[in-house]
Amino acid sequence: MNARSVLLLIALAILVSAPLVTPGYFLHLVIQVLLWGFIYTAWSLMGRFGFVSLGHGAFMGIGAYVPALLWNYEGLTPWIGIPVSVVLSALLAVVIGYPCFRLKVVGHYFALVTLALGQVVLLCIVAARDITGGSLGMTPRAVGHSWYALQFPDKRFFYYIALAVWLIGLLVWRRIDKGMDREALEAIAEDEDAAAAVGIDVLREKLRVTVISAALTAVGGAVFGQYLMYLNPETVAGIAVSLQIVFAAIAGGVYAMLGPTVGALLTIALTEGLRVWFGTNFIGAANTIYGILLIVFIIFMPRGILGLFETLRVPRSRASTAPTD
Amino acid sequence: MDIYLVEAIINGLLLGGVLALLALGLNLIFGVIDVVWIAYADLVMCGMYAVYWLHAFFGWPIGVAFIVAIVGVALLGILVHVLIIAPVLRAAPINQLLATGGLLFFLQSFATLLFGTDFRNLGVRLPIIEVGGLFISYARLMAFAVALAGAVALYLFLRRTYLGTAIRAISQDRDIMGLMGVDQSRIYVMTSGIGGALAGLSACLLSLQYDVHPFVGNTFGPLTFMICVLGGLGNMIGGFVAAFVMSEIISVGGYYASTEWAYVLAFTFFIVLMFLRPRGILAR
Repeated sequence: MNARSVLLLIALAILVSAPLVTPGYFLHLVIQVLLWGFIYTAWSLMGRFGFVSLGHGAFMGIGAYVPALLWNYEGLTPWIGIPVSVVLSALLAVVIGYPCFRLKVVGHYFALVTLALGQVVLLCIVAARDITGGSLGMTPRAVGHSWYALQFPDKRFFYYIALAVWLIGLLVWRRIDKGMDREALEAIAEDEDAAAAVGIDVLREKLRVTVISAALTAVGGAVFGQYLMYLNPETVAGIAVSLQIVFAAIAGGVYAMLGPTVGALLTIALTEGLRVWFGTNFIGAANTIYGILLIVFIIFMPRGILGLFETLRVPRSRASTAPTD
Repeated sequence: MDIYLVEAIINGLLLGGVLALLALGLNLIFGVIDVVWIAYADLVMCGMYAVYWLHAFFGWPIGVAFIVAIVGVALLGILVHVLIIAPVLRAAPINQLLATGGLLFFLQSFATLLFGTDFRNLGVRLPIIEVGGLFISYARLMAFAVALAGAVALYLFLRRTYLGTAIRAISQDRDIMGLMGVDQSRIYVMTSGIGGALAGLSACLLSLQYDVHPFVGNTFGPLTFMICVLGGLGNMIGGFVAAFVMSEIISVGGYYASTEWAYVLAFTFFIVLMFLRPRGILAR
């Protein structure tokens, strides 16, 4: 056993035993870091290859709302509702992704199409206020501790679910990172035509990573909804969420496996820290600092925090924008 | 024809004027500097707050408040360019877009921090004109007229002045113009200022019709991008046409269903058109 796997085991042991010793409020924060970390990781599956989606709020919103609606109105267990929402998200990703990739809608244009998608889902949720509660949000019908309803008032249960989901996210990230897909996608990110010329199925590669990213984001949204037990279009869908995903992932660094999670850690620590520091009188303080940080990150270290520590395997396309330290 | 439908069509036309003005500003910046300012509509929000504070709170005459807002937002536009855009001019286009995304976050939250989330109304009541049973808001009519005048002024400026010619030249070939002795960074600053001024002018017109709040930019921002892209980014005439197409969809759609569904329809229309005509509706 080498030092690396020992460290890994120790880290896992700490993570697994954490809820036994941590107080409730802190556990709540850790669960949020894990769930957001998972969603940011899902986004960066695409984002690291330059397919910047400004519409991941759409997938998160579908993931959160579909199981809750099925549960409230049809009495359908989230064990069915969540797969349904994941399939719907994946389908939506194909419906948008296929024409985009087919017609080479890239860069600005891709970002703006996904931005429109995010708005469409947000506005649908708001407009269907008869069943979704509109801007007021909705609450899944609570039944107490239940595996059938996937509701656990005890945070420790949710901690393990969040941990499992987060680990799955990392495994998917790693699988793509180690596989041939990564090479193909990096080639596509550099030059689509050249990639196609050497025999890479550009459409298929892009579509696959997009569908995986959308499906995982939907899972994240669903678990988030089950955890918070309150859904609001502004907090689980829409531009604000989409941009938050983009920012946190980039701040942490989209080129390293733990980068998005570091982004989640940073943003949640910042939000909570400022909330405790200033009290609730300064609602905008955290986001004001987010905004400034995002600008600073993009200008001075586009590879994110973990990018600073990462010296190996700098993709050539990014090398020119990376900090020279 | 149903009189309310006629009213919806006319209101759509009037809304289109202001949207066209916004799209012109954004298109100018895109065409010349090749950067998408995601936070463009939030500059409008700043302008609306300026008008609100100067007129409703400090009691300045509205005309003076308008002029200060236009100049202020123009300066803000220059500031945005110098502080945020200039350092990332050579970076990947998507990084530029994200940097202005950070600006969007910053402006919205900073406004929340300073002014709270209250909806603030300018408190200027303009009359409603009745024409043959149709009720048309004077504020909208004026906004439409001023927006059209602004568009014509911009057109003349770009066609008839030396600076305008230089701006158009840069948008056609940014590398060659540097060799021809045109100072690019100066043109960029000028363009950002003009783009900012157009945002300021839109802010004045919008402040007569809408309440100002920190997230008012989200109402017009995404729509403005969609309009620019629909018209073909950088294509001013395309953007002008697209503004009226989108505003009619929203206005007439709002007549048949709710406003939200009308927006859903407009955005879906945008997505579908992106696939049918990726280079814009007027592209050949």
